[in-house]
Amino acid sequence: MKKQFIALLIALLPMAVMASGAKVHLEPFEANLEDQASLQNGMKLFVENCMGCHSAKYQRYERAADDLGMDKDFVVENLIVGNSKIGDHMTIAMSVEDASNWFGAPPPDLSLEARLRGSAWVYTYLKSFYVDPNRPWGVNNKVFPDVGMPNVLENMQGVQVCKDEHCDEFELVKAGTMSAEEFDKAMYDLTNFMTYIAEPSKLMSRDIGTKVLIFLAILFIFAYLLKKEFWKDVKSGSWREKH
Amino acid sequence: MGNPNRSKAEKGLMRWVDDRLPVTQAYEDHLSKYYAPKNFNFWYFFGSLALLVLVNQIVTGIWLTMSYNPSAEGAFASVEYIMRDVEYGWLLRYLHSSGASAFFVVVYLHMFRGLMYGSYRNPRELLWLFGMAIYLLLMAEAFMGYLLPWGQMSYWGAQVIISLFGAIPWIGEDLQQWIRGDYLISGITLNRFFSLHVIALPIVLLALVVLHILALHEVGSNNPDGIEIKKNKDEKGIPVDGIPFHPYYSVKDIVGVVVFLFVFCIIVFFFPEGGGYFIEAPNFEPANSLKTPDHIAPVWYFTPFYAMLRAVTYPLFGVDAKFWGVVVMGAGIAVLFVLPWLDRSPVKSIRYKGMISKVMLAVFAVSFVILGVCGALPAADQPAWLAPVATTAYFVFFLAMPWYSKIDSTKPVPERVTG
Repeated sequence: MKKQFIALLIALLPMAVMASGAKVHLEPFEANLEDQASLQNGMKLFVENCMGCHSAKYQRYERAADDLGMDKDFVVENLIVGNSKIGDHMTIAMSVEDASNWFGAPPPDLSLEARLRGSAWVYTYLKSFYVDPNRPWGVNNKVFPDVGMPNVLENMQGVQVCKDEHCDEFELVKAGTMSAEEFDKAMYDLTNFMTYIAEPSKLMSRDIGTKVLIFLAILFIFAYLLKKEFWKDVKSGSWREKH
Repeated sequence: MGNPNRSKAEKGLMRWVDDRLPVTQAYEDHLSKYYAPKNFNFWYFFGSLALLVLVNQIVTGIWLTMSYNPSAEGAFASVEYIMRDVEYGWLLRYLHSSGASAFFVVVYLHMFRGLMYGSYRNPRELLWLFGMAIYLLLMAEAFMGYLLPWGQMSYWGAQVIISLFGAIPWIGEDLQQWIRGDYLISGITLNRFFSLHVIALPIVLLALVVLHILALHEVGSNNPDGIEIKKNKDEKGIPVDGIPFHPYYSVKDIVGVVVFLFVFCIIVFFFPEGGGYFIEAPNFEPANSLKTPDHIAPVWYFTPFYAMLRAVTYPLFGVDAKFWGVVVMGAGIAVLFVLPWLDRSPVKSIRYKGMISKVMLAVFAVSFVILGVCGALPAADQPAWLAPVATTAYFVFFLAMPWYSKIDSTKPVPERVTG
C-alpha cells in the first residue's frame, strides 16, 4: 500500500509542476553566495544603478560589509549613499509621493525581490529590456510587460530590439560599454547580491545545518544502540523480573 | 488525603513531596507503570512526535513574540527584523514556520494510524473526540498564525477563509464583520488574531492535549492488531503483552525523534520555504488590500478541504453554491468526529478486516491526497471532474461505513499480539 501511495504522489507531481510553470521562459540562475568577489561587485552595481530609485530597507550596510568580507571604512567611503552611517539600512531619499508621480507607481523596495519573484526571474528581467517607442521611457520588458522602469542598464548593455513580433530573441543594435559576456557577468553578480540580501542568513543556515545534521547522524547511532540494549529485555521477557 | 494506597517514595525529600502531591504515583501511572502493547510499529511514533512539535511551537513562539510587532504598520518589518537583526531570529522563525507544517504532517499520519487500526473504537471514543478537537483547534491556530507575517498571502488567504463565513445565509455578512472587527481585514483583525494565536488557543490546545493523554492512559493504547492487552494479565495484574512505557518506549521514541529531527532540520536549514508550500512566495511582499495575488492558495494542510469547498458548483434551494461548498467542507471535518459510531466491524484493525474495508481505506487515502493537490492548484489547471469525484469518494468511505463494515468478511483475531 505504501508503494502505491508513493506511485500516486509521483503521478500527481506533473500537475504541481505544470501549475508553477512560468509563462515567460526564464534563464537558469544558480546563486553562489560563497563567491564574495561576485557579491561585492553586485553590491557596487546595486548601489550605483538601483539605489537611485530602489531601497533595500531591511538590509544594513554593516551586515553586508561583514557577510561579504569588506572593510567597513571601504564601504563607508565607496558604497554608502548620502549621509547614511555604516549601521543604517540601505534606504533612499526619494519619497513615495515623488516616485509615484514620476513613474506611475513607486519603485518597489528590493530587499526581498529575489525571494518574491525568484532569482531566475530577476536575472532574466534585468537582461530583457527592449526598445518599444509606445512606452513612456521608450523601453519595455519581456518578463514584466509594460513595466514603469526605464532601462538604467542601457549604457552598459547597449540598445536591444526584438528580432521578430513574438520577441523570442533580441538583437543588439547599439553596443554598450560592456561586451555581452561582461554584461551577463555583471547581471549575474547583481542578481547574486539581490539573492543574498533577500535572505542574508542563508550561508549561516547552511553552515549550522550541516553541523546539526552530522550531530543528529551520530546521535542516531547512540539512540539506536540504547534502544536495542533496552529492548533485549523485551525480546527475552526478562524485564518482568526487573520490575 | 487522596488515595491512601498510592505509591510513595520510601523516605527523604521525595517522600515529603509524595505525602503532599502524588508525584511518584503520577510518574508510575503515566510512565514507568503505564503498560503499552509491545507490538507498536512505525506508525506509533507520531503521537510523541506531535508532542515534540507542540513544544517546539510554544518555545519558538515565545521567543518570536519577544521581537514581533502585531500592528499593520510594523508586522511585516518586524518579521524581517527577526530574520536579520535578532540573533538566530531566522532559526526561531524557520523552526516555527516549518514546525507548523511538521505539526500537520505528524498529526495527519497519527490520525491515519487511528483509522488503520481502529483506535477510535470502543473504549476509545472520547480519546478520539479529544484528538479531533485538537485537530480542529490546530487548524484555527495555524490559520490565525499565518496572518501574522502580514504578507500578501497572509492577507488574501485570510480574506478567502473569512469570506467563507459570508456564505452563510442571513447572518453571513455580519458574522464576517464580527470576525474581522472591521469592514475589511485590518490592523484590528491582526491584533485579535495575534491575541488568539499566542494566548487563547494555545491554552485550550494544551488543556485538550492533557485530556487526550489522560483519556489514553485511562483506557490504554490500542495496537496494530486492534486487540485489548488488558484482557490478558499476569498474576501481578500486568498485561502479558504490555511493557512499561518508560524506559522501553521512551528509548524507542528517542530514535524516532532523532530521525524526525534529521528530516525536519533538512527543511529548516536548507529548504525553509518548502518549495513554496510552507512559506508561499507572495508572502515576501507586504499585505496590500488593493492588489490581489494572481493565485490564492491556502497553505498545503488546508488544501484538501479547500478543494471540497470548490468542488461544489451548483446552487441548491435558491442558496448560493458557495454556501453548499462551505457545508460540504464543514461536513468533511465533522464526519471525522462521528467515526467511532460509523464503524460496525466486529474487528478493529485493518489487518483482520476484509477486502472491502481495505479498498475503502485506500480510496479514502488516495482521495484525500488528490483533494490536497487539487486544492493547491488553480481551478483552471485541473480536470473539472477530479475534485468532485474525490470529494464523493471521501464521503463514501465514511457514510457507507456502517454498511460495508458490517457485511465485510473478517479474519480471526489472535488472542495475543503478533510481531
